[in-house]
Amino acid sequence: MAANMSQVKNPMPTQAPEVRAHNFDEVATGYDEATAIDEALRCLNCKNMPCVSGCPVNIHIPQFISKVKEGDFEEAYRIISESSSLPAVCGRVCPQEKQCESKCVRGIKGDPVGIGRLERFVADWHNAHSNEAPITEASNGHKVAVVGSGPSGLTCAGDLAKKGYKVTVFEALHAAGGVLVYGIPEFRLPKAIVQKEVDNLIAMGVDMETNMVIGKTLTIDELFDMGYEAVFVGSGAGLPSFMGIPGESLKGVYSANEFLTRSNLMKAYRGVATTPIMKGGRVAVVGGGNVAMDAARTALRLGAEKVYIVYRRSMEELPARREEVEHAMEEGIEFMLLNNPVEILGYENSEDKRDPKNGFVTGMRCVRMELGDPDERGRRRPVEIKGSEFVLDVDTVIISIGTTPNPLIKMTTDGLEVNQRGGIIVEESTGATTKEGVYAGGDAVTGAATVISAMGAGKVAATAIDNYLKKK
Amino acid sequence: MYKIVKKEFLNPTVTLMEIEAPFIAAKAEPGQFIILRVDNEGERIPLTVAGYDRKKGTVTIIFQIVGATTALLNQKAEGEFISDFVGPLGKKTETDGLKKVCIVGGGVGCAIALPVARKLHELGCHVTSIIGFRSKDLLILEKEFTDVSDKLYIMTDDGSYGRQGNVCVPLNEMFAEGESFDEVITIGPLIMMKFVVAAVRPTGIPCTVSMNPIMIDGTGMCGGCRLTLNRDGKKVTEFACVDGPDFNGYEVDFDEAMSRGVMYRDFERHAYEETCNLFSKEVK
Repeated sequence: MAANMSQVKNPMPTQAPEVRAHNFDEVATGYDEATAIDEALRCLNCKNMPCVSGCPVNIHIPQFISKVKEGDFEEAYRIISESSSLPAVCGRVCPQEKQCESKCVRGIKGDPVGIGRLERFVADWHNAHSNEAPITEASNGHKVAVVGSGPSGLTCAGDLAKKGYKVTVFEALHAAGGVLVYGIPEFRLPKAIVQKEVDNLIAMGVDMETNMVIGKTLTIDELFDMGYEAVFVGSGAGLPSFMGIPGESLKGVYSANEFLTRSNLMKAYRGVATTPIMKGGRVAVVGGGNVAMDAARTALRLGAEKVYIVYRRSMEELPARREEVEHAMEEGIEFMLLNNPVEILGYENSEDKRDPKNGFVTGMRCVRMELGDPDERGRRRPVEIKGSEFVLDVDTVIISIGTTPNPLIKMTTDGLEVNQRGGIIVEESTGATTKEGVYAGGDAVTGAATVISAMGAGKVAATAIDNYLKKK
Repeated sequence: MYKIVKKEFLNPTVTLMEIEAPFIAAKAEPGQFIILRVDNEGERIPLTVAGYDRKKGTVTIIFQIVGATTALLNQKAEGEFISDFVGPLGKKTETDGLKKVCIVGGGVGCAIALPVARKLHELGCHVTSIIGFRSKDLLILEKEFTDVSDKLYIMTDDGSYGRQGNVCVPLNEMFAEGESFDEVITIGPLIMMKFVVAAVRPTGIPCTVSMNPIMIDGTGMCGGCRLTLNRDGKKVTEFACVDGPDFNGYEVDFDEAMSRGVMYRDFERHAYEETCNLFSKEVK
């Protein structure tokens, strides 16, 4: 088959912006078979495979794309599965433009190959067409505990189960999936896809224990006493950071974690749920990451009349995945770049202390910024423009400026060292912590990062745990 | 699923339940809390542990029917199940080294104050308890408090039982007589705790309060339960789920906590009415 030399990627079919802004259905609807093959034909099958080096889990990208060209989608899936345990998830949420696709030779002149879109297509095709039960390995009799059922935990559990370990995953919340369930909204990653991955692991013999807060219900040391020979900690992001400006405790100020948890995990977006959330009105989301985009677009779908993204740097530094930014803009979210909040304002009726409106947000005072000299990481530092303050008229503020690693495990585990930001200290090549038999990865180590890097860490740790237990 | 092994109505608005949860029962300490969901569509609510039986593997909760979730929970019968029950969360109440303590409980808060009083009593500490209620009908746990207290004051707002007045009345009288304690521990409505702190402040006696803000995950993830503390002249944000629920009462910004506590009042009232309507339809 001749290569497709078109300089543009096959566009991703999506729901129209004006329709999707009012529903929680998935925004991108995915390639069909013909489009997938056409896009696969854009791949030149480079000998040195630069794309693979851009993938945190080194998926054999040209090989799987070759199988898509041939229409052998199941074989393409098998190739991806050798390296990734959550392809349907990663095809949707990876920042491909910074990873595999950034290295693609086709990207030098024109668009890179739509690797992420092809990965998603292959995973969805498999999920729709294959009902083969996952292969279960004969048990090797060794027990491993995995703390947290987010991307790093699910990956680590899957890899260890494939090697014959008896794995138990302990999840603190009532549903498995971690950030894939409480954080990333339905319109970007349908819950059914996550559930399918979880069900797969259970079919492979992994035990999924919800409502178990490791560090509280059981400690790491107690897990060893119970016969687990190694523990992987993927407890994820913890407490949200706030800006430390006046007014952050007013009613109507949320952390993105809280806002998204109410909507996603507690299903506040559906009429039947009993968990409340502030809907409608005018909303400002502070921050520029993927979580900020998710919060802004969730607010819009909950009925907000106006949603702003307030970010203190420029579009160039804005860290969110490009596609999400484009989708957000199409949906009508307004980006207020180079603006920094200095105070959140609240209603106060000084005559009537019992006025029920007291304490609710009425606006946010911001100051305009300009970019100064680069900081130690090379990003240009935003500097306030004196006298440029103004008030943005909003009634909900969602703070999305990052999180610190969850504190519960370090509080109750002797010998587990953390760095000054609270991240668990690990040896990068193995995920080994300072405590014997305990490994860690994902946001619990790095602070807020991506799904795929957490998966990569889960994989590395699974290999290291296997080596450790074989030697023991 | 978690089984309700015992259910008892303590008064028309307050119910006790013992829930089978052996992992939590093995570890729970006074001052800690659990989070529960009644069913799959339910919200997560925090309730402070009112007791535990390590041998039976049960945890006792005592709750007031104030909203949709507690109304729904109250409909569950002995032998039935609730979908989620997780804990023990938060830090335990510090009891080390205490020799003489005053416990001040208000309303259903007395249910949480009791295990603290009981533990202190068992440790040989001299316990003075002041428990307050709106009226005699709402009185709970009188016998239990009698058993664990060296001195017990029962107060009612309307004077229908014990003495008339609020919990600060005997507290102020004791202070006026020169009485002192190693610590005052108070658990109850925010407004009551605010006044107890104000009464204790002039004496300089350490005063611990148990905070119960709106929570979702309860594990240090969402930040919804944040409180502002005034510490050494600076405003500090802490989280009730992992840093509390006990806090130094002198530091807590009660006005802010009260304001945040009613953030969803309209929604909650509506949800409660809907739930009640649903029940009355079922009865018909």
